[in-house]
Amino acid sequence: MVVVAAFALCILFAGCWREHRDFRGTSPASKPPVGPAVRLSPLSPGPAAANLRIDHPYLSNAYAISQGKKLFGWYNCVGCHAHGGGGMGPPLMDAKWIYGSDPEEIYASIAEGRPNGMPSFGGRIPPDQIWQLAAFVLSLSGNVRMDAAAGRQDEMHVNTPEPLRHAAEPQGAPGGPS
Amino acid sequence: MTGGGSASEPAPAVARREAPILPEADERARLERAWSVHGALAWLRDVDHKHIGRRYVVTAFVWFALAGAAALLMRLQLMRPEGKVVGPDLYDQLFTMHGTSMMFLFAVPVMGGMGIYLVPLMVGTRNVAFPRLNALGYYLFLIAGLMLWGSFFVGMGPDAGWFAYVPLSTAFSPGKRVDLWAQLISLTEISALIVAVEIIVTAFKQRAPGMTLDRMPLFVWAQVVTQFMVIFAMPAVMLGTTFIALDRLVATQLFNYTEGGDALLWQHLFWFFGHPEVYIIFIPALGFVSSIVAASTRRPVFGYPAMVASLVATGFVAFGLWVHHMFTTGLPQLGESFFTAASMIISIPTGVQIFCWLATIWTGRLVLRVPMLYVFGFFSTFVIGGLTGVILASVPIDTQVHDTFFVVAHLHYVLIGGAIFPLLGAVVHWFPKMTGRMTSERLGRWSFAFVFTGFHLTFFPMHLLGLYGMPRRVYTYLPQRGWGDLNFLSTVGSWVLGVGVLLFVVNALWSMFAGARAGADPWAADTLEWATESPPPPYGFLHLPIVTGREGLWSPGARSAFVTGLDPDKTELLVTNLLDAEPELRYFVAGPSIAPLFTALSIAFVFATGMFTPWGPVVGMVPLFLSLLGWIVKSEDGERGGERPSTASPPAGDDAAALSAAEAAG
Amino acid sequence: MRTARRRASALAAALGTALAGALVLGCTRRGALDPAGIQAERLAHLWWWFFWITAVVYVVVLVLALVPALARRRRLAAPPTSAAEPLAGAPVLPREPERERRLVRVVTAGGLVTGAVLVALLIASVHGGSAVSSAAFVESPLDVEIVGHQWWWEITYPNTDQPWKAATTANELHVPVGRMVRLKLQSNDVIHSFWVPRLHGKMDLIPGRTTWHWFRADRAGHFAGQCAEFCGLQHAHMGLVLVADPPAAFDAWLDAQRLPAAAPANAAELRGKQVFEHSSCVLCHSVRGTIAGARNAPDLTHLASRGTIAAATLPNSSGHLASWVRDSQNVKPGNAMPPNPLHEEDLQALVAYLGSLR
Repeated sequence: MVVVAAFALCILFAGCWREHRDFRGTSPASKPPVGPAVRLSPLSPGPAAANLRIDHPYLSNAYAISQGKKLFGWYNCVGCHAHGGGGMGPPLMDAKWIYGSDPEEIYASIAEGRPNGMPSFGGRIPPDQIWQLAAFVLSLSGNVRMDAAAGRQDEMHVNTPEPLRHAAEPQGAPGGPS
Repeated sequence: MTGGGSASEPAPAVARREAPILPEADERARLERAWSVHGALAWLRDVDHKHIGRRYVVTAFVWFALAGAAALLMRLQLMRPEGKVVGPDLYDQLFTMHGTSMMFLFAVPVMGGMGIYLVPLMVGTRNVAFPRLNALGYYLFLIAGLMLWGSFFVGMGPDAGWFAYVPLSTAFSPGKRVDLWAQLISLTEISALIVAVEIIVTAFKQRAPGMTLDRMPLFVWAQVVTQFMVIFAMPAVMLGTTFIALDRLVATQLFNYTEGGDALLWQHLFWFFGHPEVYIIFIPALGFVSSIVAASTRRPVFGYPAMVASLVATGFVAFGLWVHHMFTTGLPQLGESFFTAASMIISIPTGVQIFCWLATIWTGRLVLRVPMLYVFGFFSTFVIGGLTGVILASVPIDTQVHDTFFVVAHLHYVLIGGAIFPLLGAVVHWFPKMTGRMTSERLGRWSFAFVFTGFHLTFFPMHLLGLYGMPRRVYTYLPQRGWGDLNFLSTVGSWVLGVGVLLFVVNALWSMFAGARAGADPWAADTLEWATESPPPPYGFLHLPIVTGREGLWSPGARSAFVTGLDPDKTELLVTNLLDAEPELRYFVAGPSIAPLFTALSIAFVFATGMFTPWGPVVGMVPLFLSLLGWIVKSEDGERGGERPSTASPPAGDDAAALSAAEAAG
Repeated sequence: MRTARRRASALAAALGTALAGALVLGCTRRGALDPAGIQAERLAHLWWWFFWITAVVYVVVLVLALVPALARRRRLAAPPTSAAEPLAGAPVLPREPERERRLVRVVTAGGLVTGAVLVALLIASVHGGSAVSSAAFVESPLDVEIVGHQWWWEITYPNTDQPWKAATTANELHVPVGRMVRLKLQSNDVIHSFWVPRLHGKMDLIPGRTTWHWFRADRAGHFAGQCAEFCGLQHAHMGLVLVADPPAAFDAWLDAQRLPAAAPANAAELRGKQVFEHSSCVLCHSVRGTIAGARNAPDLTHLASRGTIAAATLPNSSGHLASWVRDSQNVKPGNAMPPNPLHEEDLQALVAYLGSLR
C-alpha cells in the first residue's frame, strides 16, 4: 500500500503547478521580462536553436496555455497565422523561428511587433496575457510540457518537440503542418 | 476468471444433527487451517469475503467522511452572501469531489461491501464464488479512491461536476483534472461490476439446501436486483467517461458538435447510468429496512411476494427514467411525457413496499432500538424525497425547479433519507455480527437525534431556496437575492449533522473495543448469518445450514439439520441449483493470493499513465500479463496442504441420493 | 426512560415547529411562487396542486408509521443499558390467517390509491404542460436572440428590414409588458440555462443547437434571472436582469439602443474615449460608431443605460465601474477581463466616457 501511495503521490505532486490557476496575473511569471534588452536573432531564417530554453513557468501551466489558446482566437492572431500553419504571417508550428524561440523573444515579438506586418500589441495586451499567448504559441510546436498542453487540438498541431523533428526534416523544406 | 480448479464432485450428503461425523473441535481446527490465511503479507493475500466486505465498508466510510468534510466547507462558504471561505476554483473542486466520492466511492461500494459481507452468510455458504476476483475489486476501489483524493489534496481535483457535462468537461477544462476523473470513474466501475458478478453468482448458485428462490431473504433479493442493475448501468458510464478521455486525449470529437459529435449524447449516456444509479444505492437500503423491520417487530415482513415483485419492478422501470434529468434541453414534448409517466409509475412499487412495512409494524411487536429508529427516520424522510420526486417528474414544474437547490434538497432526502439512514441502522444492526460486540444504545440514540435533526435543518430550507430561484453549484450569491437567512440555517444544520455523524463514528470505535459482548444472535433475528458465531469464523459456518422455510431461523425445524460431506481440509463450497437450491456439486475455490493486488496495481498503472502518454497502457500490459499469469498458475496449486480434488465426474446415483436427502430435510 | 422519552418528544415538537415555520415562510410569494407572467402563473398553479396533494399523502404515511411507535410505548424494549442481552426472546408471531388476509386487502387498496393519485397527478401535469405551451402560439411575437458566453449573456434584437440596425446589448433583457417574446437561444462555449423564475421555467443554451423559449411578462418591473446550468468558474455570477416596460417605453428604449454611441461631450469624455481606443478594451469590446468592434465581450455602446455591470453582479455606478476596470478579478475571479493598471486620471476619464454611453 505504501508503494501505491508513494507512486500515486509522485505522479500527483508533479501536477501541482500544472493545475494552478492564476486569475489575476499577480505571480512573478506574469510580469514583463526584465534585464538586458531582448536579443534579436538574424533576420534570415537561422538554424533551429538546439539549446531551446523552456523555462518560463507558463510553459508548464495548463490554465495559462488554455487561456493563451482562447486569446489567440480572440485577438485575431488566427487572421494571419491561421491556427499555427501560417498564412499572411509565418507559421508558428514549424521549426523556423525568425525572431527567436525563447519565451522572452516571443514575448518581445508580440509586445513590440516585427517588421513586415506583425503589429505591436504591447500597449494593448497586458503582460500576463502576452505570456499566456507565448506559452500557447510554443505549444503549437510541441515545445511546452506535454501534460500541460491540451491533449486535444481541434486544429493543426504537432506533438514532437522541434529539435527532435529538425533532424528528420530536410533543410529548406517549406515549413508547414505535419 | 478465478474459477481455479473447479471440479465436479459428488454432492455432499445431508445429515441430522445427531450424527456428526467428526468431533467438533477437530473439524473446526481443520476448517480453520483450510480457510484462514497465514504467512507473509497475509493481509494483502487475504480473500475472505468477510474481510474484503469489511474493508469495503470501512474504506467507503473514509471517503464518506472526506466528502462530508467537503460538504461542510461548502456550507461554510454559502453561509453568508458573497462568502470568502473558498474561491470558485476550490469550490468547484469541492462539489465535484463531494458528488463523485459520495456516489462512486461511497454509496455504491458501501452497499456492495455490505452485500459482499452479508450475502454469503445469509445464503449459508463459506465464501463468495470468485474470492480472488473479489479481492481485485477491492484493491481497484481502494486505489481509485486514493488517487482521486490524493490528486485533490495536491490541487488538481476535478472541477467539472460529478456529472461532467460536455463541453465544459472537454474543451473547457485545461489540465489533467477531468482526465483523472474520467479514468478513475472507469476504474471504480470495474470494481462495482466485480461486486455485481460476485453477489449474483453467490446468491444464485451457492444458497444452502432448502433455500429455494422463493425463500431467499429480502435482503438478498434486494442485492441481486441491485447488482443486475449495476451490470446494465455501469457500462454506460464507463463508455461515457472513456469517450470523454478519448475526446480530451486523442481528439476523437465524439462530443464536439463542430466535428459532428453531440453534446447531448453525453447527457444521455450519463443519465442512462445516473438514474439507475440512484436505485442502485437505494434498493440495497430497502433490503436493510426489511431485515431491521423483521427483527425489530418480531415477525416476518408482510407480503413477501409483493416485496420481491416490487424490487424487480423497480429495477426494470429505473432504466426508463433518465430523460427526466434533461427536461430543459428542448427535447420533443411527447417523449418527455413518456418519461414523466415512467417517473411516476416507479413510485407505485416503492409505495407498495412502504405499505408492506407499515403493515408489518402495525401487526408486529415493535421493539424500538437504534436500528428501528433509523427505519422511522427513513419513513419520515424518504417519503418527502419520493414525493418531491413525483413533483420533479412533471415536465412543466421541473422547468422551474430543475438545477436549483430544490433538486439538491430532493436528492439528499432520497439518498440520505432513503439510503444513508437505513445504512446507519444496518451498521448498528450487524455491528455485533461483524465485531462480536454491541454498540452503545445511549450514544446511538443521541447520534440518531443529531443526525436526524441536523439533516432536516440542513436540507429542508433548500426546497424553499430552490423555489426562490437559487441555482445549484453556485459558489456564492448576491446579498440582494435574499437567500442569506435560509442558507445560514442550512449551514447550522450541516454542523449538527456533522456532530451526529461524529458521534456515530465515536460510538462505533468505542464499541469495537469496549462494547458489551454480543452472542451469536443478539437480535433473535431470522436470517442465516445469525446462526453462526459473532464474528463468524473464516469458514463461515461449522456446518452449512439447511433451510426449512421462508422465515429462515424462525421457520419450524430450523437448526435441526445441516450439510455434511464437504472436505474440511479443502476450500470447498457447495453449489446448488438456481431455482430450488438442490445440491449439485462440490466446488473448490481458489485460496489466498498476492496476484489480485498486483493485477490491481497493473490496471491502475494502465489507467493512470494513459492520461499522460499512449505508451503507458502499452508498458502496463507487461505487469498486467505477468500478474494474471501468476493468478492462474497459483490458483491451481494445493497450497492449503490439501490435495486438489479429483476431477472425475461423479456417478449419477450419488447426486440423486443427495438431492433426495435435501428434500427430506426440507 | 421517561426522561429520554420526554426529551425525544420535545425534540420532535421542536423539529415539527421548525418545519411548520419554514412551510409558512414557503407560502410567502417569492421567486417561482410569485409569477409575473402567464407561463409562470400556470406553472405556479400546477405547483400548488402537486404540493397540496403530496402534502396530504405525506401526512397520511407519517401518521401510519408513527402511530404504532407512539401508541405502543409500553412494549418498548428494556432500557438501553441492557443492550447486551438478547432481545427478550420474543417468539415469532403466531400466524393469524384472517388478519393477514385483511392486511392483504388494506395493502392492495393502498397500492391502488397510490396508483390513482399518480394517474391524477400525471393528467394534471400533462394538462398543465399543454396549458403553458399553448399560451405561446401567437402571431407576431417579439423576437430576441440570446447567446450564452462564459459568463455573460449577449442579447440581440434583430431588425429584419434593416439588419444593420439590430440592437445588441448584454445582461439586461428588455421586453414589453403583455407581448409574447420568442427567445432564440444559442451558446458560444459551454451549456448555459436561461432562467427568470418569475416569468417561466428554464431552457438550456446548448452549443451546436438552437433552442426556443416563449414567455410573456404581464407586469412591469425588474425581474432577476440567472444561468441555471453549471458553466464554469463564474456560474454563480452569470446573472441577468429582465426589465418589463410598458410597450411605449419599450419602443423608445429599443430605438435608443439601435443608435450608435453618443460622441464625447467634454474634454474628460474625449480623453476617456482615447484611453478606451488605445488600451486593451478594444480587443474584446465594441462601441458602435467607434473603432472598437470586437465581439468577445459585452457590447458597450449603451453601457450607461444598463442598471448593472458584470452580468448583474454590481450596480452600474462610476465607483464600481472604476474598480471593475482596474481589477475585475477581485469581483469575479476567473472572468475573461484582465486587470488594467491604468493611471488614475486615465481611469477617471475612461469611467467618465463609459458613463456617457447612454
